[in-house]
Amino acid sequence: MKKVIVPIGPYHPLFEEPEYFALYCDGERVVDVEWIAGYNHRGIEKISESKHWDQITFLVERICGICSTSHPIAYCNAVEDLAKVEIPERAKYIRCIIGELERIHSHLLWVGLAGHFLGYNTVFMWAWKYREPILDIMEMITGNRNHYAMMKIGGVRRDIDDAYIPIIRKILEDLKPKLNMLTNAVLDDPVLAARLKGVGVLTDKDIKEFGALGPVARASGLDIDVRRDSPHAAYDLVEWKVITQNEGDVFARAVVRLLECFESMKIIEQCLDNLKGKKGEISIDVRNIPPGEGIGHYEAPRGECFHYVRSDGTGSPLRHKIRAPSFNNIPTFKASCIGETISDVTIILAGVDPCYCCTERAIVAYDVNTQKKILDGSDFIRLSQEKTRKIEKEIGVAPSRWEEKNWERDN
Amino acid sequence: MDTLETIKKRFSDRIINIKIHSDIRIYIEIDKKDLLDFAKFIFNDMDARFITATGVDNLDSMEVLYHFSIDREDVIVSLRVLLDREDPVIESLTPVVKGALNIEKEMYELLGIKFLNHPELKRFLLTEEYPEGVFPLRKDSQKGKK
Repeated sequence: MKKVIVPIGPYHPLFEEPEYFALYCDGERVVDVEWIAGYNHRGIEKISESKHWDQITFLVERICGICSTSHPIAYCNAVEDLAKVEIPERAKYIRCIIGELERIHSHLLWVGLAGHFLGYNTVFMWAWKYREPILDIMEMITGNRNHYAMMKIGGVRRDIDDAYIPIIRKILEDLKPKLNMLTNAVLDDPVLAARLKGVGVLTDKDIKEFGALGPVARASGLDIDVRRDSPHAAYDLVEWKVITQNEGDVFARAVVRLLECFESMKIIEQCLDNLKGKKGEISIDVRNIPPGEGIGHYEAPRGECFHYVRSDGTGSPLRHKIRAPSFNNIPTFKASCIGETISDVTIILAGVDPCYCCTERAIVAYDVNTQKKILDGSDFIRLSQEKTRKIEKEIGVAPSRWEEKNWERDN
Repeated sequence: MDTLETIKKRFSDRIINIKIHSDIRIYIEIDKKDLLDFAKFIFNDMDARFITATGVDNLDSMEVLYHFSIDREDVIVSLRVLLDREDPVIESLTPVVKGALNIEKEMYELLGIKFLNHPELKRFLLTEEYPEGVFPLRKDSQKGKK
């Protein structure tokens, strides 16, 4: 059989940033994966060298739109490590609240998209609908649905007013039963289990070799979480637990993400308890950054964000190194995609949550020899959805009428 | 402080300099020929996690920092290696740690550091049109010129 290269990207709905993957296929099976990056390389490390320390929190916020508070937290941790600054207690709780709200909205975004790729548009609609109230909270307390600009070297920029606390509680309280329903619907579904269990398996050895992070590592039984292992902000002042699974497949990653949302809610509620009715400083003045070097990390929704800064005592850093979690998670495709079928690759690639957004466009399969188009973007999602429909038939589960109608309309 | 003691015990005579920034941030300067021995010991025997590597242009030398995290003790150990700026060459870490593949490619094209025995040392981030021999993250590089 002829070997076919299936390019995914540079622009594709699976990825928030443009990236390019070449899948080498023998028939239906993927035999090799190649990753070419750089389509969205904006030189942020170089720009950072020309900005003032305070401006960089805004710069790093723009690295990623979904985890836009994780980079500032990691950066502030790095500078605070360099300058040996301890932030006020109230600022610690506020940092936690913003970080955890972001985790919930990021995980729900992933669940929704994963549902769409599998042909479960109901899951997509639910997850994105339940994500909205979280963004409403963000808008209420920070002024923005994304890019919150809350972090600052030495603390946080804005306080959370007492008047907001009951409203936040009410929204979270209302969200809980819905999230519970969504979690049970996803985890108890026999078709989803058939599609996701045993697919894209990563062993703990793979995770260690590639240095994979976050929910990907925790789904393979590696009990690592920067929030617990390297206590900062208020994570050591509240009760919560790290979620792990042992199977290492896409299903386990979904379980980890869904259950983490409940832990995040637990953290937020405890932080709110500690803010209510109390007054205190929310930041301290950090005038000069002394010469030296500092390292800061933070557990973003996708894994550890790592920042290294070096100062020579002037107004901007001499060197600022940033390592986002997807940089380590994406190379695991070399281990998880090989040997799988093309219809499963869509969900495996999505399984590590490599930051998405954009609209669905350029994923086109060409025959290597004739350069003739075989498949395009929507075909990949169709292939994946078709497989779900086939499994539904085999198991004898009928799709909901709404799903069926959509399916007939689209095909 | 167990981490530092363990490393000191194993490589007492091969450490050039130790900087203890705090209990949880340790920087160890070593010679470039010792890198693989240190990395193997920290990554395999001490069961550390490889975070990433940082290349720094110091104008008089080229510096590479390899960051390892020992999560159970909350310690980040950074191995510091200084290279000749005119001809920065060092042994690749990829045969020991698979996860170093892409970061070494990045340092190669942005800073011009060559990694010996690297499986695929080629362009990774920059466009194909970007001129050869110009390294944008070096301090003396300006807008695509040397």
